[in-house]
Amino acid sequence: MTAVTPAPPSIADDPAPTGVVPPARPGGRFRLRTAAGFAFGAALLFAVAPLVLSDFRLSLLAKYLCVAMVAVGIGIAWGRGGMLTLGQGVFFGLGGYAMAMHLKLADAGPGGMPDFMLLYGQLDELPLWWRPFASPWFALPATVLLPMVVAFGLGSLVFRRRVRGAYFAILSQALAAAMVILLIGQQGTTGGTNGLTDIKGFFGYDLDDPVNQRMVYFIIAGTLLALLALTRQLIHSRYGELLVAVRDGEERVRFLGYDPASVKLVAYVVAAGMAGLAGALFVPAVGIISPALIGIVPSIEFVIGVAVGGRATLLGPVLGAVAVAWARTTLSERFPGTWTYLQGLLFVVVVAFLPGGLASLWALARRRAGDAESRRRGWLPLGRRRVERTEVPAA
Amino acid sequence: MSLFRGRRILTGAMTLVAAAAMTACGSKTTDDPSATGVTADVTGDTVKVGLLNSLSGTMAISEVTVRDSIMLAVDEINAAGGVLGKKIQPIGEDGASDWPTFAEKAEKLISEDRVAAVFGCWTSASRKAVKPVFEKNKALLFYPVQYEGLEQSPYIFYTGATTNQQIVPGLDYLKAQGAKSVYLVGSDYVFPRTANKIIKAYAAANGMTVLGEDYAPLGSTEFGTIVNKVKSSGADAVFNTLNGDSNVAFFKEYKSAGLTATAMPVVSVSIAEEEVKGIGTQYLEGQLTAWNYYQTTPGAANSKFVAAYKAKYGADKPTSDPMEAAYVAVHLWKAMVEKAGAFDVEKVRSASGGITFDAPEGTVTVDGTTQHIAKTARIGKVGADGLITEVWNSGKPVSPDPYLKTYPWASGLS
Repeated sequence: MTAVTPAPPSIADDPAPTGVVPPARPGGRFRLRTAAGFAFGAALLFAVAPLVLSDFRLSLLAKYLCVAMVAVGIGIAWGRGGMLTLGQGVFFGLGGYAMAMHLKLADAGPGGMPDFMLLYGQLDELPLWWRPFASPWFALPATVLLPMVVAFGLGSLVFRRRVRGAYFAILSQALAAAMVILLIGQQGTTGGTNGLTDIKGFFGYDLDDPVNQRMVYFIIAGTLLALLALTRQLIHSRYGELLVAVRDGEERVRFLGYDPASVKLVAYVVAAGMAGLAGALFVPAVGIISPALIGIVPSIEFVIGVAVGGRATLLGPVLGAVAVAWARTTLSERFPGTWTYLQGLLFVVVVAFLPGGLASLWALARRRAGDAESRRRGWLPLGRRRVERTEVPAA
Repeated sequence: MSLFRGRRILTGAMTLVAAAAMTACGSKTTDDPSATGVTADVTGDTVKVGLLNSLSGTMAISEVTVRDSIMLAVDEINAAGGVLGKKIQPIGEDGASDWPTFAEKAEKLISEDRVAAVFGCWTSASRKAVKPVFEKNKALLFYPVQYEGLEQSPYIFYTGATTNQQIVPGLDYLKAQGAKSVYLVGSDYVFPRTANKIIKAYAAANGMTVLGEDYAPLGSTEFGTIVNKVKSSGADAVFNTLNGDSNVAFFKEYKSAGLTATAMPVVSVSIAEEEVKGIGTQYLEGQLTAWNYYQTTPGAANSKFVAAYKAKYGADKPTSDPMEAAYVAVHLWKAMVEKAGAFDVEKVRSASGGITFDAPEGTVTVDGTTQHIAKTARIGKVGADGLITEVWNSGKPVSPDPYLKTYPWASGLS
């Protein structure tokens, strides 16, 4: 073991298992490249996609981008912070339900009761806990703040007690299961398994109108870019480096005088807020939120997208989430009978041959090129990196 | 010292993005003609129809049989020359037992494939998810499964039973048999919960007591506690709205607890011939079911249907109520289109009232107002051979009443 080396390696140089975005450099070249990347992404989302895609495909893309927002959050919590959250569906659901409750109440006819309550609940008046959602000033902030508050509550309990690894994953998953059971059981006030459906209006705009569907798409695309910008700031800040340090050596960070629980809590809460926002925007894009979208299976599917894309990179989770969702749609349309096998095969191939995810393809190509260059010059293409890798403490 | 290092360029980019989102705002008006619905593409010598069933996931076992049955009807119609001289071209999509996927695929069938009608959906949740899609696009869905009622969409035709054609006759039968108390067991989703509300209202008005009401999560196989409660309740009968695999575990537990069909009969509303095969006849023999069709239903139309189905898919494949309702749906759509003389949805809808079809279950009639169909209610008993034989029927087709408006005891339900 090289752990006896007195000087710990720089956190930024740490070869994380899935590759890390190079640390911010003081020079302008990197900054320029980022700006160019964002401009390219914006052009793609705002100009190219609406031109080449039909209304139907564009609304599908809007749905994928919502999943991508959840993925960005998971990228922070899991990729950068090492917290495998298998329960992001809960936060997605909280945001989605908060938004859907408001839209249902805005749509509600005389009496102010959503349709399903009259059918299944036989209620005479709106339940107390629904009432605040009638106001957009409560409902809109709630879509983000509610998930964050729940994440803060759970995170404070869990991280202070130093629950991590598989235990944390199981706990987050249990939360998803509990939430689904609660929603289904309270059919009269939550819509049960049907969820909240038939959402027609969005703050006065008619969602059936393709023009307004396009508007929803633009809002979603804009939000995703904003979240990416925010995430980039976060992971290149001191906090971002600290988060990676906690992931790779929690005890070491503790001995340096930081509080790892707080560091993790921030990442978890940010990821929850992003999932909540994604859920809130998913509702006008798709017109439905139901327990089937927030339970254990969808929560795991969120993580699969991130794993396929490359969890520790900035763009990996987005690419992975969109790629998996797109593959799902395309495969199931082409091969309605056998697409599940093909999807499974795809996951196996990616995990087996590209453990760093799709985003590692670029790094891989560059390294290949670098190796070829080294060989040409007669250098040995191995060494330093591999030795350092042994220094990563087991999680 | 700030924890975050500033990135002025990024802040600028974010502002740009936000501005772009603002300027791309939509309109509040719906003058756009494309918002009034997509018309089906019937220009060629074929007409496309959509088949929307779960081919994967928990519901696949049931929904695949419905898909097979729809395909049988399509083949029959094509062999006889098609509809209005056009051959039917079926476009299949997988709903994957996932409700938003159903909505996505419905949208795809309507706006990309421009189908004239869609046949499919099984669970109420999937129907609720696609309903807005069909209403928005003014397209037609034929829904072939018995359901909990309390719905009447102008763009859905319901060819399965509503509550007054299945659950209410089931209760009438129990009452006539002298049952004074029932125990309710169901899966935890909308159909059982709504069905049990109706059952409780019926019981209250008909001097029956409901001794208990238990729900198991969909797919649950843990029934020890529930069966113990059922047993100790001493109810005269059990009304079972469990769906899918749970029935296997429930009936095994039921038998091993020493409960029998003679001592405490179970009336099931989601167990058809296909499910009997899966659960095991030894656990179900003698138990009751409520449906509108059995494979053993007499009549030439049914003999022909059963023979054709077995010839196409194998002699060991049973036919069941939802399969029959799906088969009937395709034939009813054909009759509606021919009466209307066009594939146009509004014309088809206004032509639908009074259309009859000599179905395997007997003659069915479309009610133009509710867009449900009049069906004969049948109570059946599971035999040793795994088939279900009729022990009672309503004598004539029961008019659909999805909101139970003609039943005084149900006045508080909707």
